Amino acid sequence: MDPGDKHRDDNMRYSIFSVIGQALRGNTEWTPVWRDAELKPAYDVVIVGGGGHGLATAYYLAKEHGLRNVAVLEKGWLGGGNVGRNTTIVRSNYLLPGNVPFYEWSMKLWEGLEQDLNYNAMVSQRGVLNLYHSDAQRDAYARRGNAMRLHGVDAELLDRDEVRRLVPYLDFDNARFPVQGGLMQWRGGTVRHDAVAWGYARGASERGVDIVQNCEVTGMRIEGGRVVGLDTAKGFVRAGKVGLACAGNSSRVAALAGLRLPIESHVLQAFVSESVKPLIDNVITFGAGHFYISQSDKGGLVFGGDIDGYNSYAWRGNLPAIEDVCESGMALMPMLGRLRVLRSWGGLMDMSMDGSPIIDKTPIDGLYLNAGWCYGGFKATPASGWCFAHTIARDRPHALNAAYRLDRFATGRLIDEKGAGAQPNLH
Amino acid sequence: MRIECCYCGARGNEEFAYLGDATVLRPDADPSRALDEAARQRWHEYVYLRDNPAGPHRELWQHVSGCRAWLVVTRDTRTHEVLKVEPARDVALAGGGAKT
Repeated sequence: MDPGDKHRDDNMRYSIFSVIGQALRGNTEWTPVWRDAELKPAYDVVIVGGGGHGLATAYYLAKEHGLRNVAVLEKGWLGGGNVGRNTTIVRSNYLLPGNVPFYEWSMKLWEGLEQDLNYNAMVSQRGVLNLYHSDAQRDAYARRGNAMRLHGVDAELLDRDEVRRLVPYLDFDNARFPVQGGLMQWRGGTVRHDAVAWGYARGASERGVDIVQNCEVTGMRIEGGRVVGLDTAKGFVRAGKVGLACAGNSSRVAALAGLRLPIESHVLQAFVSESVKPLIDNVITFGAGHFYISQSDKGGLVFGGDIDGYNSYAWRGNLPAIEDVCESGMALMPMLGRLRVLRSWGGLMDMSMDGSPIIDKTPIDGLYLNAGWCYGGFKATPASGWCFAHTIARDRPHALNAAYRLDRFATGRLIDEKGAGAQPNLH
Repeated sequence: MRIECCYCGARGNEEFAYLGDATVLRPDADPSRALDEAARQRWHEYVYLRDNPAGPHRELWQHVSGCRAWLVVTRDTRTHEVLKVEPARDVALAGGGAKT
């Protein structure tokens, strides 16, 4: 019996019967969802970063590639970074060839995730509606929708009346930004973000992956152009291969290996209002500013907008960005003015130079990089882990992440969805 | 976050536009020659690669809603504390970069 199977026996499979059985026993026999492991001296693969992408990578390494002598090192606590700080939106409404198949694969993995993990991630395909406010924007969304449909992704262009039937509470006749219609992806929606971290952690852990918390990486040992191990807060660990999945801090960790990345770290703020009765059924984005909103199952309205726009590792932002988000919200839904904001918080974004991510090998043998997610990393979590696991296990990218090369900035094969150029705070 | 403009005094950061790292230097280009590999590498580093430090960071801001001067601001990216503000012109004339 291999270690993965032993851990699986220790763990509990969730079902209606386990819920009823536990209820009858007063919910006293639930076991921890995943093992909080101690660091061993050596692993075949060490993943740096215990967020969504790192945990998903470990899960798919074990499940798809049979690699179970794997550790995930997390400097804080599991899921304490961006996987618990985003606005939980998932979608695959991209335009460019390198992006659409990747994000659509992610959407397909989301659709099967709960059955795959045997864990309730509250995947809710409630539809993502991108509003347009001008003829030019309608044409741009028609083009995007057509690009999506040519790739087999669902997209539906709604006119003003169709949008009004769906979400009658918008400020349709706003003098400056009248709502003319929207591009709807019905398969998009939201996913409970913490449950994604816990579910992947559980799936990886029961297959033998060691998840080690409070274990910051402080150094990288490289011999003869090959990474051989990591210095950590809990001592040295030998590693056959090392995968970096620490977006927000990618530049700092990559610098331990002497790499400079095409990335700046920026802060993005998000917000939640007090809880109200069901109000917003879908995910709605404002087309005349940068604003997106949905309602959590607890009733709070979850919303956000632009990054603050300057380099930051502070995990918090400033008031001008908050003002801008709230103004955009008010322009779209004046009723929001009656609600109080409950909390706001910040997360660190790996803003890449073309607005697209990197999943690739590095110039150092055995060192792999998963970085540059800008503020779109959450929706990519399953496909990112799936592709990164493939890249690490096979030592070459999968076709789905073949465009996310680290050297594309030198070769000119950029994937610039927004056409903003090498100015990370504009992506 | 407030930035002490050299000409206007301390103002809110919403009055300023951010360009980014002030330490990257634009490579000298010889328009009569095709780019060789070393020159390509220098341009790649200038346009795309950044140190992105957690700590003091020298960066370019323009006081767009005020005097419109370009400033080199040294700011701690961990705390947003502004440590030093200099006119970008002075920095450039002293040979210290400021890529504008």
